[in-house]
Amino acid sequence: MLSLVRSLWEVFRHAFARRVTVQYPEQKAYLSPRYRGRIVLTRDPDGGERCVACNLCAVACPVDCISLQATEDEHGRRYPEFFRINFSRCIFCGYCEEACPTYAIQLTPDTEMGEYKRENLVYEKADLMIDGPGKYPDYNFWRVAGVAIGGKDKGQAENELVPIDTHSLMP
Amino acid sequence: MMSNLYPLLIIAVVLFVVLNLAAGLIWVERRLLALWQDRYGPNRVGPFGLGQIAADSIKLFLKEDWIPPFADNPVFVLAPAIVVATALISFAVVPFAPGFVVADLNIGVLFLLAMSSLGVYSVVLAGWSSNNKYSLLGGIRAAAQMMSYEVFMGLSLLGVVILAGSFRFADIVEAQRGMWFVIPQCLGFVLFLIAGVAETRRLPFDLAEAESELIAGFHSEYSGMKFGMFFVGEYIGVILISATISLLFFGGWLGPVLPPALWFAAKTMFFICLFILFRAALPRPRFDQLMSWGWKVMLPLTLVNLLVTGAVVLARR
Repeated sequence: MLSLVRSLWEVFRHAFARRVTVQYPEQKAYLSPRYRGRIVLTRDPDGGERCVACNLCAVACPVDCISLQATEDEHGRRYPEFFRINFSRCIFCGYCEEACPTYAIQLTPDTEMGEYKRENLVYEKADLMIDGPGKYPDYNFWRVAGVAIGGKDKGQAENELVPIDTHSLMP
Repeated sequence: MMSNLYPLLIIAVVLFVVLNLAAGLIWVERRLLALWQDRYGPNRVGPFGLGQIAADSIKLFLKEDWIPPFADNPVFVLAPAIVVATALISFAVVPFAPGFVVADLNIGVLFLLAMSSLGVYSVVLAGWSSNNKYSLLGGIRAAAQMMSYEVFMGLSLLGVVILAGSFRFADIVEAQRGMWFVIPQCLGFVLFLIAGVAETRRLPFDLAEAESELIAGFHSEYSGMKFGMFFVGEYIGVILISATISLLFFGGWLGPVLPPALWFAAKTMFFICLFILFRAALPRPRFDQLMSWGWKVMLPLTLVNLLVTGAVVLARR
């Protein structure tokens, strides 16, 4: 019986305790930089597209919400002709980000994606692309990859040696 | 002409106040529960979230009013009306201020007890006519609970009646000019408070509803405004019991400076908040615990209280 009175008192004291509610539209909860929210496509530090349209994200996606078509520009750089994410399917698992070999696709701490029409949740490349490099400011895939593209031949990438001439006997 | 209209005016005012207060209590309860759970509660619609009352009512009115095909139709429809009707009729004898009462019966306390006991028919009939085993269990529990708590509820008030020498509410309040009856009848007050919570089927004695065991008990099958009637009936019951406690034990409208009606409203509101605090803090007892407490602890205590009060009053005569 006394324990009931005590619990009444303890509950009453909570009237003066700090509120735990975050008043959402005015106050926002802190989301860590690693939070898996809205998906973006990032760019190299020099402004070029990072995505090389390898399709690994689309393969890794457990709900098949990513679709893209690869193509090549005049320099021999692969890039996606279209890149489409259906966010009404996306489960924000982040597997696409893990699968991406070029850090192009990244998840951001933004959750405010509400829409009144379902079709508006299908994001095209223009909606996904951002101007910056995202989480990896210095990384430039085409500068470290040993692939020859226009303006950068074999052996000209960072930390890459000039290719060995296998027809020569010289050391 | 005016003398004919005056009782009608009182009835209109009482109905207006009670029904609006019952609707408003939805908001009060949600805000207070939130307060004690470190939350804010509904605070978006209008100032302090007061528009929530209108929003909730509109929502209830627009809900589909569905009667299950397997239900016993006339009884199913009648049940929610009974709970509101009996609770509202009880207010006929509750004086809000000196002279401001619909029917100044000389057996007011008895009338109130009788009417609030009739309210259990609503729950039992609702549980029975729903033709649903959980509803039936809720109805059975309500019947058993009423049976055991009604007994000492009436007896716990008799101490007050002995002291005041009248069943009339106005006389009982006036008899408290010297001292509130809560002091000589403190045991009676505690017992009546417990019985009152059981009577209104509020937590922790909401065994008839018990959403964690019986879905929603007797009103599982109800929707729309029929469900709303149970809701309103429950809140009117809470107001009624709170008003009764403040009238019988805390001197009703007696108090300095402020007008009598305000004192009465303040005391009633205090006990309504206490009811909500009970809900916020206390766990629900098991069914058999409830019954054995009622018969083995509460009833003997009430009888002892009654005997001692009677003896003291006789000895001092």
